[in-house]
Formats: sequence, structure tokens, C-alpha cells
Amino acid sequence: MSQSSDNSNTTPVIKCESVYKIFGNNALKLLENSNGQVDAKTFQEAGCIVGVNNASFGVNKGEMMVVMGLSGSGKSTLLRCISRLTDATAGKIFIDGEDLLSMNSKQLIELRRNKMGMVFQSFALLPHKTVIENIAFPLQVKGTNTKESMAKALEMVELVGLKGRENYFPRELSGGQQQRVGIARSLAVEPDIWFLDEPFSALDPLIRKEMQDEFLRLQAVLNKTIMFVTHDFDEALRLADRIAIMKDGIIEQLDTPDNIVLNPATEYVKKFTEDVPREKVLKIESIMDAYDSNNSSSTKVSKDAIIETLAESILNSKEILTVVDNNNEIVGSLNPTKVIKVIFGK
Amino acid sequence: MLTNFKNSRPQQFSFLFIVFLLLYFLVPENENSLLWRLPPLLKDIPLLINTLLDNLMFKWLTVPVYDPDWQMYEDKPIFRIITRSIADFLLFLIIFIREIFLGGLQTIGSITGGAFKEFKWLYLPAVPWTAVVIGLFILGYRLQGLGLAFIASIGFFYVSIFGQWEPTMETLSLVLVTAPICFVLGLSFGILGYLSKKVENTLQPILNIAQTMPHFSYLVPILVLFGIGDHAGAVATIIFATPPMIRLTILGLKKISPEVVESGLMSGCNRFQLLFRVLIPTARRDILIGVNQVIMQCLAMTTIAAFIGAKGLGFNLKVALNGLKIGKAAEIGICVVIIAVVLDKLSLAWANKQKDYFANLNFYKKNLATIYFILLTTILGVIAYFSAFYFEEGFNYLYLIPFGEGLTIAPILDAGVDWIWETFFYYLNIFNKFLITNVLFVMRDAYLGMPVVSTFVLVMGAGYIIGGIRSCIIVGALILFIALSEYWNRALITAYMATFAVGVSAILGIVTGSLCARNEISAKFILGVCDFFQTFPSFIYLIPVILLFGITDTSVMIAAIAYASVPATRYTVEGLRSVPSSLHDAASMSGVSNFQRWKSIELPLAFPHIMLGINQTLIFALMMIVLGALIGTEDLGQIIMGCLSRPNGAGIGLTLGIFVSFICLAADNLIRTWADERKKLLGIE
Repeated sequence: MSQSSDNSNTTPVIKCESVYKIFGNNALKLLENSNGQVDAKTFQEAGCIVGVNNASFGVNKGEMMVVMGLSGSGKSTLLRCISRLTDATAGKIFIDGEDLLSMNSKQLIELRRNKMGMVFQSFALLPHKTVIENIAFPLQVKGTNTKESMAKALEMVELVGLKGRENYFPRELSGGQQQRVGIARSLAVEPDIWFLDEPFSALDPLIRKEMQDEFLRLQAVLNKTIMFVTHDFDEALRLADRIAIMKDGIIEQLDTPDNIVLNPATEYVKKFTEDVPREKVLKIESIMDAYDSNNSSSTKVSKDAIIETLAESILNSKEILTVVDNNNEIVGSLNPTKVIKVIFGK
Repeated sequence: MLTNFKNSRPQQFSFLFIVFLLLYFLVPENENSLLWRLPPLLKDIPLLINTLLDNLMFKWLTVPVYDPDWQMYEDKPIFRIITRSIADFLLFLIIFIREIFLGGLQTIGSITGGAFKEFKWLYLPAVPWTAVVIGLFILGYRLQGLGLAFIASIGFFYVSIFGQWEPTMETLSLVLVTAPICFVLGLSFGILGYLSKKVENTLQPILNIAQTMPHFSYLVPILVLFGIGDHAGAVATIIFATPPMIRLTILGLKKISPEVVESGLMSGCNRFQLLFRVLIPTARRDILIGVNQVIMQCLAMTTIAAFIGAKGLGFNLKVALNGLKIGKAAEIGICVVIIAVVLDKLSLAWANKQKDYFANLNFYKKNLATIYFILLTTILGVIAYFSAFYFEEGFNYLYLIPFGEGLTIAPILDAGVDWIWETFFYYLNIFNKFLITNVLFVMRDAYLGMPVVSTFVLVMGAGYIIGGIRSCIIVGALILFIALSEYWNRALITAYMATFAVGVSAILGIVTGSLCARNEISAKFILGVCDFFQTFPSFIYLIPVILLFGITDTSVMIAAIAYASVPATRYTVEGLRSVPSSLHDAASMSGVSNFQRWKSIELPLAFPHIMLGINQTLIFALMMIVLGALIGTEDLGQIIMGCLSRPNGAGIGLTLGIFVSFICLAADNLIRTWADERKKLLGIE
């Protein structure tokens, strides 16, 4: 199921139209002269650095959009434009249909206090506050009274599994635990939109895996609209509904994980997808054929299942299976040889 | 050949030096020649400053003010009213604090216009010294532990039983008034500087000058503006001690990770909340290190402020030194050192103390220390009250040991000094004479025989080689300002003393530092020693050298070298120790010897940091050389000192202070540009 096609008729929660971010003194002037054709090299010669180059996309309610790119690709800059931690040089950004760039600082603060939460790569906890005080901080700056904010913060502590450590200081926690605090803090005001800027990059591989699982569990409960930035392609594949791959400020491809793996749009994207084990990314849906009632057995598989999870049982059954959707309605059939092709061949 | 010359610094410097020597020997000594000396075109600057001050204080912008004594209106300049009100306010605070420690009724008396002077029962008793000692014990324990508790309490116990309690409390009251003012001023300006690039760019040169100007040079203008007394000392102290607080505040705020700032913004902070609930608490440690600096600078300055009438240890020290009572001076010096160490340790412990969680404690447990303090103070107060009946009138030892009535080791110290003089006089004298006639005077004459044109070629040439045309012009302009004054020859003498002191300090510091950086234990030890010596107010260094060499140039030189070796050593050790261990491993695997390791790996990498140390060394040396004028030299410092007792000294004092500051800034520009360039080449931040 691709959520983007399901919700295409509703307004997206986040909408970017030709967003540019160019660093440098005469950025705006250069941009006006270039008629929208921004070339990173010519701009660099003029003393400007292109952060985001003509980004247009929308993120729908409850969707998890992952922005993937190597360092210097502009992914964090894009995120900061949308959270308005930095002002975009040109373009339009709408949050719930409201024009973000025309908001004054008071409206912006209101927006952040009620609708946005953000998690940072280096955790960015306040060193002088305990776990619970850190989590309650966004509530307290908003003016919530102490009792209420503490109760809410305690709820968050439990949500991220830190119960019993609420009176610790950040310096007394491990990296993974600190990021749990960061996550709890960003969720304390119950935001609709959740920004995560490389939240697990500073963690050890094992802890990172654990935190990704935890994150997926949380998202299953909370169903937020998410923009998640990472430089780790595997992480992007694991988490995303849709992935935007960025290079030099340009979004090279924006699509669902299986489409990116199956049909990389550019050479650059291809480099990432080449070594990806397809069975771990592709869903049954992407290799099924049209339903053929004569040949198919009664064994049913879900179209949304990742191939790898069912590979063993499919291959063991040696017959053509029936593929069903969420409502148990038949949508196609699956020949096991296709699975063998995915696993062993191209 | 030519391209080779363009890229080779050593060749460029040799060429410059040859040109310098040629000019040195070719330009004849002739008072009318522009090549030999520039005309004193700027000699009226001191006069201008004096006139300006005079007008501000007595003529401009007068308003009628009612004078209750004469019962009539009198015209007074606004500026004078402002400065005098500030002075009165400071004086009020100082006296108020003094009354807590030493007793009295003056502040209440002054508020009520003397209405209560008659009531004996209103006489405010002082906190007995025993309570102060116990209070410091509790404070030390709370901040760090038993070790600090004992250092703090024993230190002040010593001060008390040696009969220095009164001057110590007078000094301390100055510190207690000025330090918080410096803190508030420094923090506010620091925040403004952090928020606005414009403010920071304006502050930077002012801070540079304020920190490199010798303390003495602005004592006189302050005297003119604020009058003589404790309040003038307080103003001088505030001017001197605020700059480092501003610096450290800006530095600390800038060091905060941008993500923390962003997390504050995304939490929905407005500007105010961001500043007070995110930025300042996060930069807490750096800001408190600033407080530590402020306290140490205040203490150093309060001893020097004795020259404009501030009471306290500095005043007694000055009197003892003037009377050449070395034993007594040393005894006071020890007290100053003790107080410096105690205040330093306490404030550092405060900076390093991390906040503990205490919301789960009840009121009693939370405030245990305060409760103990109040309890013990009350008990000790009662004991002091009753002991008054036991001791004879005026000598209540459990309340306050009167000045000069405690133990004393002055006779022993004096005897020791006499013994040293009798035993070593011959050798010391030979050394002294040798140094003066064969080294110092030769060097001085060489400097004085330098034509002005060759000085400029050398200085501006070095600027051009190191930092291009920009450095060349900056350095040239700074020196030109001095060359166009009447005091060029004096400045040359100051320069010669500084060169000598810096040269010797640098060699001493780099050698000691390199040796001690060999292993971790000795490195830690020497850094501890540096810390210890850096807590002393500069004044203190003069005591032992006078003791050994009497009042000569040698004394000043040795004091300057001792004082200035500290930063040279510290920066060398820090620089060498900061070489990453992976490089050490790589070097070991290449099979380097110890000396090769030092020469080709550690030294080049540590070089930029060591250069910054030399920069500090120069500032320290110049400070001490100017201070050395106290015991008689003939450079700029001596005139600055002389200004203290002259009615029109303000202008000259200030101008000469700026000259010394300019010498520092010129050297600072060259060294810093060079160090930065090296750093960039090595890729270290």
C-alpha cells in the first residue's frame, strides 16, 4: 500500500513548493538572476553555497517521509527550512495549509509549542535539568503548570521505557537512553508533526537497531506525520513510507522504498540500491501476477508482507499462492520461482 | 631565486635584519634628523585629556543643586554629580559589608542622617572571626568536600591568629562589593556581545586595551573623577576585572552546541526563555570560570588600589614596603596569597560542582548546611559575647584579634633576610653588578642608540612578512603613535626590559615545560604549580626579590621573569600534551628517539599554542615592569607612578598606559597572526 496514492486527494500536512536555501551574502540576488536554474558550481564561484535546490513535495498525514543523503547533501538544511530554524531563501512552505514563511515570530512560537516536535542527532538535552525536567521543558515554556507538566512528562518517561530514571541527569545516562529522553521531550506537547534529524546516527549499531524497533513501535501507536533525516540507506528502507534521496541540495528521487530499489531514477540512486538485498525490501505485491483462479492454491499471503519474512514457507509450499489485501480480498497470485529470482538473481 | 625568496620566511627575515642593521649603523645620532627621532607632534594629548577631565568635572553642563550645609543653590556639573553619586553608592556598599565583618553603625547612621547615633544598643556587632572560619569550613565542605573545607578554614584561621583580620576583612569587603558588580556588568555585556555581532566588534578593541593597559595608568583619572578612597579603589577594580568576565561569557555562550539552541527553539522558547532557561544554564561552567577570574582579578586589583586610598592588606603592604620592613611585608604577602588560594579554590569548586538532584529531600535535609551555619554562628556569637568578660577591655580574642596583636613571624623572617644578606651578600652583589653593567646597561644603550627609522623598518617589515600589508599598517600605526610623543626614549627602555624578560622567561618556560611534559605526573605537577603562582596578585612577586637584590633593576627583572615564566611554562606543557596519542604511536613505530620526538613532532605541533603563551608572557612581563617602577626603574612605568602624586597626572598616566597597551597590541597582532596561520596549516582549531 502506498499511502501517497491513498491520500492524494487530501491536503498534505507539510507542503514544499520550489524551496531554495542558498548560503551567502548576495544569495537572493543571484537566485533572482538565475531564473530557477541553480547550478551549485557557478554559485560557489560567486561565494554562495547551495543548501537546498528547488525542493517540491508534500508529506501526508500519518506518513513517514525519510530524507536520505550523504553529508553535505542538504538534507538537514531542508529539515531546518521546514521547521524554520533557518529561513528558506525562496519558495513556499505550508504547514496544514498555513504559509510558514509569512508567520511572525509569535505565530512561529505558537506553532512549535503545539504542532511540532524535533529530535536531534547529538540529543541536545539541557545538562542542568533531570530527565523529567528535560521532558517537561517544552510544556513549561508553554506555561503549563508544574503539576500537570510533570504528570505528562512522567507519562512520556513510561512511553519511552525510562521509568525509574526520571531523576537522573543526562550525564548519567548512556547515549541510547539520552536519545529516549530526546524523543520523549519532542513528544511531550503531543505534536502532529515530528522532525527527526539523524536521531540514531550517534549510537552504536546494536543500540541503533534497538532504537529503530522502538521507534517503529512508537509510530504504530502514535501515527504522527514524520520527516526523518538519515545518511543510512538501510535505515531509510527499514523505516520509510517514502524516501527522498538528496544530492547537492537536489532531490534525486522521491518514491516508496520498493520503487526506489526496483527502479532507481538516476545513476547516483543506483549506487545505493545495488547492494541492497531485495528480499528484505520488496513486498509480495511487487512480484505478484494477475490472479489466475485455475492454478492458485488455497494458501493465502498478504500483499504487504516483505518477501524475506515468508520466503521459507513459500518455497516449501512449491505451489502458486494466492495474494490477498488487508480486507482478505484476493488481488493476485504468486509463483515461487519469482521469489527464487528475487533472492538469487536480478 | 626570487620565487624561492618569496616562499622562504627565514630568508625574508634575514634580509629584513640586514636592512635593519645597515640602517642602525648608517643613520647618525642627530636630534634634528627625522631618521633618528620623530618630532613630538602628539605631546599635547595628555594636556587635552586633562582639559577634558577638568571641563567635565568643573565646567560643562552645570545644574543648580541645593546644598543643605550652605542652604543655597549651587551650580554643579552633571558629570561630577553622576561620578560622585556612583562613588557614594559604592562607598555605602563597602561600609555596609565591612560592618558585618568588623562592626559599626555607620550605614544605618547614614541612612537615618545620624538620628540613631546616640543609641548604644543599636551598635551593630560584627560576626566573630570564629564564625567566619566555621562558615568557610561548611561552604568548602558543601562545594567540594573535607579537603577544601580544611584549606579554607585553616587559611582564614591563620590570617586571624596572625592579627591580620581587620585589613583582610577590609580587602574582602572590597572584593565582595566589586565582584558581584563585575559579574552583572560582564554577564550583561557578554550577552549583548553574543546576541549582536556589532556589539561584539565594538567591545573587542576596548577589551583588548583594558586588559593590556597597566593598572596604574588609570588610577589617576579615576582619582580625578571619583576622589580618593575605597570607592576609587572599587571603580578601578571594576574596570580591571570586568573584561575577562565579558570575554568568558561570550566564549561560553558561543561554545553551546547549535543543536541545543535549536532544541530550545523547537521547544517553543521565546527569546527571553531561550536566554535564561537554555543558554545561560548550559554555559554555566564557563560563566562561573568567569566569576573565578573576576574574583582573582578583584583581589589583585584591591591590593594595587591601595595607591588611591583603598584600605586593606594592600595598604599595609605598601606601607611596609615603603619602610623596607621586609619581614612584615612578607607576612602580609603570605596572607594575601592565602586569601587568593582560598578564594580561587572555592570559586573553582563552585564552577565545577554539578547540580545534584534534591527535590526528594525534605526542607531540613535541603538546608542542613544553612541550619548548621546559623546554629554555630549563634553559639560562637554568644561565646564571643561572654568571653568579653574574661579578656581585658578591647582584646576579645574570640571576637576579633586586633591588628598587630596576633602571633608574628616578622622577626624570624627579618632575621632570615639578615642571614641571607650576611651569608650571600658578596655573591648576590657580584651577580647583581655583573647583570647590570654587562648585560642590562649594554642592552639598554643598544636600544637607545636605535634610530627611529630602523625600528620602524624592523617592526613593520616583520608585520609585512607575517601578516601582509594589513598587519604592517596596524603595527606601524600603533608604534607611530608612541614615536610621535615625548616619551619615545622611555618606551625604548620599557621595550628593552620587556625583550630581556620575555626572552629569559620564554627559554625558562619552554625548557621547564618540555621537561615536565615528558610524563603525566610531572605535567600535572607543573600545571598545579603554575595554577598556584598565577593566583598571586602581581604585587606579591616584588617582596622576595627586594629581599634578595634590594632596590635595583635586577629586582624588577627577576620579578618580571618569575611572573612571566608562568604562562610560558603552562602553554608549553599544554601544547606538548595536546599532541594526539595516535601521532605518538606513529612516531614510536617509526623509531624516533626522545629528542627527535620532541624536535620533529611535538614542538611543531605545539608551536602555535606555545606562541600564544609567549604572547601572554609579554603582557605579564610588561605589567610587572610597570609595577616595578614602585621600586625604582626609569622606564614608562616610573613616569606613570610619578603621575600618582601630580595634580595634572591624569593625562600623562592615561597616555602612557595606552602606550604600554599599544606595545602589547602590536606584539599581540604579530604573534596571533602567525599562530593562526600555523594552526590553519596544521589543521588544528
